[in-house]
Amino acid sequence: MVDVALTGRVAIPAEAVTRMKALARFQFGDALFRHLTRGAAIGVLLLLSGVIISLIEGSLPAIRAFGFGFLWSQSWNPVTDKYGALPAIYGTILTSFIAMLIAVPVGLMIAFFLTELCPKWLRRPIGIAIELLAGIPSIIYGIWGLFIFAPFLQATLQPFLINTLGNVPGIGSLFSGPPYGIGMLTSGLILAIMVLPFVTSITRDVFEAVPPVLKEAAYGLGCTTWEVVRNVVLPYARVGVIGGVMLGLGRALGETMAVTFVIGNAHRISASVLAPGTTISATIANEFTEAVGDLYTSALITLGLILFVITFIVLAIARYMLMRIERRIG
Amino acid sequence: MPEMIIDSRYSRRRRRNGVATTLAFAATALGLGWLVLILGALLWKGFSGLSVAVFTEMTPPPGSAGGLLNPIFGSLMLTGLAVAIGTPIGILAGTYMAEYGRYDKLTSVVRFINDILLSAPSIVVGLFIYQIMVAPMGHFSGWAGGVALSVLVIPVVVRTTEDMLTLVPNALREAATSIGLPRSLAIRHICYRAASAGMVTGVLLAVARISGETAPLLFTSLNNQFWSTNLNQPISSLPVIIFQFALSPYHDWQALAWTGALIITLAVLALSISARALVSSGKQS
Repeated sequence: MVDVALTGRVAIPAEAVTRMKALARFQFGDALFRHLTRGAAIGVLLLLSGVIISLIEGSLPAIRAFGFGFLWSQSWNPVTDKYGALPAIYGTILTSFIAMLIAVPVGLMIAFFLTELCPKWLRRPIGIAIELLAGIPSIIYGIWGLFIFAPFLQATLQPFLINTLGNVPGIGSLFSGPPYGIGMLTSGLILAIMVLPFVTSITRDVFEAVPPVLKEAAYGLGCTTWEVVRNVVLPYARVGVIGGVMLGLGRALGETMAVTFVIGNAHRISASVLAPGTTISATIANEFTEAVGDLYTSALITLGLILFVITFIVLAIARYMLMRIERRIG
Repeated sequence: MPEMIIDSRYSRRRRRNGVATTLAFAATALGLGWLVLILGALLWKGFSGLSVAVFTEMTPPPGSAGGLLNPIFGSLMLTGLAVAIGTPIGILAGTYMAEYGRYDKLTSVVRFINDILLSAPSIVVGLFIYQIMVAPMGHFSGWAGGVALSVLVIPVVVRTTEDMLTLVPNALREAATSIGLPRSLAIRHICYRAASAGMVTGVLLAVARISGETAPLLFTSLNNQFWSTNLNQPISSLPVIIFQFALSPYHDWQALAWTGALIITLAVLALSISARALVSSGKQS
């Protein structure tokens, strides 16, 4: 019996053998491709952990030397090798704050215009034009800011602020000092232009996702367009709007080149928003290649680590919010 | 009397609506105005410097004429390198997320992390590559610059690949399986083909994103005043040259910086507009 079966094996047609071989090859190829793609997906995770680990490793000497005091020390002196992050952190937060103060209302109003007021045929071109602002590289904003925008502000807005708000008791010191042109306010304004497209496009998308029935019901009650947006659209889209704002904030915090051109790179905390200052990213961009000595380099990498942690938290919140609204829209 | 109250209340509401509407118009005009202002300034300042010499001559020492040939070439090389490294990894990862593990835990984690990488500060990427490549090798190099840019390419490509493959109808996959096509072949020959326009768009967007990136190049590929095609050496790139020339006190360097800025912006706008055209033509067919 067994012999018969074995002799039968010899009789397997040649094409069946090639078919088996082909199948085996396919199976192997299949498994290989599957594992390759999986490996690449895991690679994306490794990329992020690699960034974090390398930054932590690079910042160890500075952390050992300064401890947590690095976070609130104001000195930045390459000669005596004393470094503190506070002026840079302050500048980063202040410029981003100015940027959001302007970009959020303007972005919301543009989204309001695009979803409720704009004629249909004009929506796409305007939307694309605003998004092109996001495509312009940040160095272009930098060179434009340095040669055109800063001199313009120096001649117009800044003297105006100094002469009016600068004399108001209480907030006067915010707008004191000479009009340098460059400085915190200029950086904040340029950042506002840069994050405007992010805020606008996400706000527009979540505005558009509001069910028309809700809006029609409100219009049916006699609401004006503004009242519909203010009391129906905005509350419904709240989570998404916050997500978009946080995304813009993440951009503003980490933005490097545009700020580097116009911030003035001064390691001090001034009361006036017109004064030059520095941000984390501008400090790194300006000083890293010139940094001599391990401690100097390490202090700059620690700044990078702080920036990464801040933006990571902001972006994670943004993504979480946007995921929530995506789930609700379905 | 009550009618007057109603009337005044209504007119107040209408007034408020009018103010808000006007503000919305003003905000849009402001947004578009910035775009016009920036592009106008670029054209005005950069166009006068545009000549054949810009594309055929090297960057000059201060005070003499020259062009931007070496930075343009360096930028092209770095961009090519970044795309060559970043695109395969991005497409493979996106494929896993859309095809194999669409409902996996791993996929949702990767998607979250990828979205964060998408908007992570690029200067931090420069520090990362400095740590893992420049510091161990002991010198700045074009390789490091290319790898740094590829870290920015990957998230863009992952995102678009996943989105585009998710849009491919399942019927196509089922049809492929029913004629006995192995999974990997079905993905490569059916799904990739169906999603190709979107995937190319992703690569175009990635190129648009990196072609103006300066921060990650500052301390990876550094800069080079001379002609160099050696990726083991520091290499010149357009954004870094613009940075250096714009902040210099020399007038002709500043003029070259404007011209370079114009070239980059036109390239980026052309890329993003053609990416858009590709997407909308894909939707129609």
